[in-house]
Amino acid sequence: MTKITLTGQLIQYLFTGVTVGSIYAMVAVGFNIIYNVTEIINFAQGEFVMLGGLIMVFFTVTAKLPLPLAFVLTVAAVTGVGALMERFTINPLKNASVLTMIIVTIAVSILFKGIAMFVWGKNPYIFPPFSGSKPLFFFGAAIQTQTLWVLFMTAVMVVLMTIFFKKTRYGKAMLACADNPEAARLVGIRVNVMILISFALSAAIGAVAGAVITPISLMEYDRGALLALKGFGAAVLGGLGSFYGAVVAGIFLGIIESMCAGLVSSGYKDAVALILLLLVLYVRPSGLFGNVEASKIKEF
Amino acid sequence: MQSSNRKALLGLTLFLILFPVVAMNVSAIGHYLDIMIFVGIYCLINMGLSLLMGYAGQISLGHAAFFGLGAYTSGILCTKFAMSPWLAMVAGVGITALVAYIVGVPSLKLKGHYLAMATLGFGVIVHIFFNEEVSLTGGPSGFSDIPGLSILGFSLNSDLSYYILVWFLVLLTLIFSLNVIHSRIGRALRSLHDSELAADAMGVETSRYKVMIFVLSAVYASVAGSLYTHYVGFLSPSSFDFFLSIKLVMMVVVGGMHNIWGALLGTWLLTFLGNEWLHVFHDFDILVYGAILLAVVMFLPDGLVHLVPRMSRVWKRG
Amino acid sequence: MNTESSPVFLHVENLQKSFGGVQALKGLSFKVSPGIIKAIIGPNGAGKTTLFNVITGVFPPNGGAIALNGMSIEGCKAREIARLGVSRTFQNVEVFGRMTVLENVMVGRHIQSRAGIISTGLRLVGMRREERQIRESAMQHLAFVGLENRATELAANLPLGEQKLLEVARALATDPKILLLDEPAGGLNTRETEGLAALIHRILEQGITVVLVEHDMNLVMDISDEIMVMNFGEKIAEGKPKQIKNDPLVIEAYLGEEVDYSDL
Repeated sequence: MTKITLTGQLIQYLFTGVTVGSIYAMVAVGFNIIYNVTEIINFAQGEFVMLGGLIMVFFTVTAKLPLPLAFVLTVAAVTGVGALMERFTINPLKNASVLTMIIVTIAVSILFKGIAMFVWGKNPYIFPPFSGSKPLFFFGAAIQTQTLWVLFMTAVMVVLMTIFFKKTRYGKAMLACADNPEAARLVGIRVNVMILISFALSAAIGAVAGAVITPISLMEYDRGALLALKGFGAAVLGGLGSFYGAVVAGIFLGIIESMCAGLVSSGYKDAVALILLLLVLYVRPSGLFGNVEASKIKEF
Repeated sequence: MQSSNRKALLGLTLFLILFPVVAMNVSAIGHYLDIMIFVGIYCLINMGLSLLMGYAGQISLGHAAFFGLGAYTSGILCTKFAMSPWLAMVAGVGITALVAYIVGVPSLKLKGHYLAMATLGFGVIVHIFFNEEVSLTGGPSGFSDIPGLSILGFSLNSDLSYYILVWFLVLLTLIFSLNVIHSRIGRALRSLHDSELAADAMGVETSRYKVMIFVLSAVYASVAGSLYTHYVGFLSPSSFDFFLSIKLVMMVVVGGMHNIWGALLGTWLLTFLGNEWLHVFHDFDILVYGAILLAVVMFLPDGLVHLVPRMSRVWKRG
Repeated sequence: MNTESSPVFLHVENLQKSFGGVQALKGLSFKVSPGIIKAIIGPNGAGKTTLFNVITGVFPPNGGAIALNGMSIEGCKAREIARLGVSRTFQNVEVFGRMTVLENVMVGRHIQSRAGIISTGLRLVGMRREERQIRESAMQHLAFVGLENRATELAANLPLGEQKLLEVARALATDPKILLLDEPAGGLNTRETEGLAALIHRILEQGITVVLVEHDMNLVMDISDEIMVMNFGEKIAEGKPKQIKNDPLVIEAYLGEEVDYSDL
């Protein structure tokens, strides 16, 4: 009896870890997209996830729209928010110092949080899982179907982003900006547009993450900050700027956190990701897959 | 000391003397004395933050942690171990300085976003610690019955007496800080901010100074934390969260980062804003804070102190 | 200023430095005798600034040795090397823009002063005396390069030529035994360059050995005692100005790039 329970528990933790890790992975990818084009770390990245979840709640529960439509509208809405953020706060500050950009994105994240609190209050919200709440059983562990949706969405995102960056004109142009913005400008790439797209894309990915995780872990107005921190941790662990590194590191982080929460102490589980973040920054800031020469650590 | 700083100090002292006289005689603003005590406590933290950010060019998004470490050390040692509050304050400084050193050495090798995130992460870890170690800190509900301060048997239990204590310490620290700024150490800090490459080439021990100013700012915050504890008499982790760290940075940035007077101005403005004029917004004050921070950073990057013409001469000399 | 005349002997042996896959220094060896002006010239990309950066501790070398007066300094950090008597200026001017001209030079006096945080914060008598000395010494160094009238200006507001002079004053304030100048004449007009030549001679009279990287051939031929020519991270020639002028390898290194364009 005990043997089955332990294995079942471990598998449970594994799935929880991979699920929450997928969210960290998506946040990390969002960080990377913006960082690659602008070298800005967008502290408001977590808020995109938060908005994705809460707006999804609005469209499904309040507006009672069918799920697919609600999903599309949510992603569109948050994408719009990301674009607005870029136009109004990032674009005007083209030549600002690194410190200024940090403070700007922090200010925007506070603003988003305040607006969310104004609209939705402080309570957590939930909406029904995409395909019902009957759990599946897997080696003695009860897995919610929503978990599979999370994994599916993450996989879709990975595939779409790969195609975008490797095959499409815009994607390749964005990578060029990351490598050498001056040269990119000289060959006619409109860097301003690329920056706008990077913010919009990151917001969209964040929205998907928020929409897909809310049926499992609910969503409230102040979830953004911790998500951003852990997502950043995943991004750094995987090597800032490295797309696959972010995905692997995010899932790895989620599993470690989940194992720690289940086997050691659940109160400190948030601290796990943060301690890992600090360790990576101290010991190997270029991360697992990053290029040591390319990890440009900007001064103020 | 330079004459512009001397004049400013004189002006500040005069203001501080007149303030309680006015506040205590006009009942409508009687509670301003209490607010000014908090202004003083935050000024103590922010002078350190100004040295770190404005002069040495670093950043800390986790300074609430040092504030909290000083506060909790004082609180715990006084209630659980019946230590004298002044001794406990010294102990708090010792513990906070040690933590700041251990965290500072590896963190300050980082720059820009990495340093910002490292300090942010550290701040959150300490906050989680305050919340989780229930037997030590009382957990999320905190603990109370912390004794007040007394000097030579004279108990500081009135707003006025505490006001005098806090602002006396602030003035001492301000003079100390101004002395440091206008010295080879101050120049060394500013040089490593402007060009760490050249500062290294001139023999400035850049990493040592960065850690030193980080630890100094943590010490300022620890003393402030102890003062806070004995004034409020009650502690809970929610007072030492990420949002406070951001508010502290805001006060320094809004006032004017490259000038210690700017830190004082920003602290005074934002504390009054938060405690007095934003009451109508209740919890939505964070919306206003976010908007103010955004506006200042976008349109007035040198901070509000730059608007005061007299002050901008002081600003040039810093 | 520097009243010592202890012999300084800079000895670089088989120095190597690579960045990623690019080898910037491929086994460079040379000596600098005390009390001379040695110029290092070569086409762009030859590795001259990298050489300075490795000598002054900005980067550690990948191989080879650097000895100052017999003492090994390769791998030492920049601030340690500064304390051993090596000072420098930068190709891309690195003045402390937000500080005044005088304060810039006062930073140069940092290693010659000692006040710590306590004596500084409490403004003890010893610290105040030291501050006066630092200020006086800095003013002297400013006067030495002719910038004493600009003492209270913000360094960022100075024209390029004066910023370069400021860097020299600042470097001299560290009381160096050997001064490395990285393209000091870059961006200067003829009059300013003549002033620079005179200044370098004055520095030599103080007993300070000078090594300079330069592109201005007139200046180099005019003031140097010895010249070393670099190309592609290696030494291709070394000797007195007259020898270098007529060395076919040197001519080829400099003109080699232009030959292609001239047969149009």
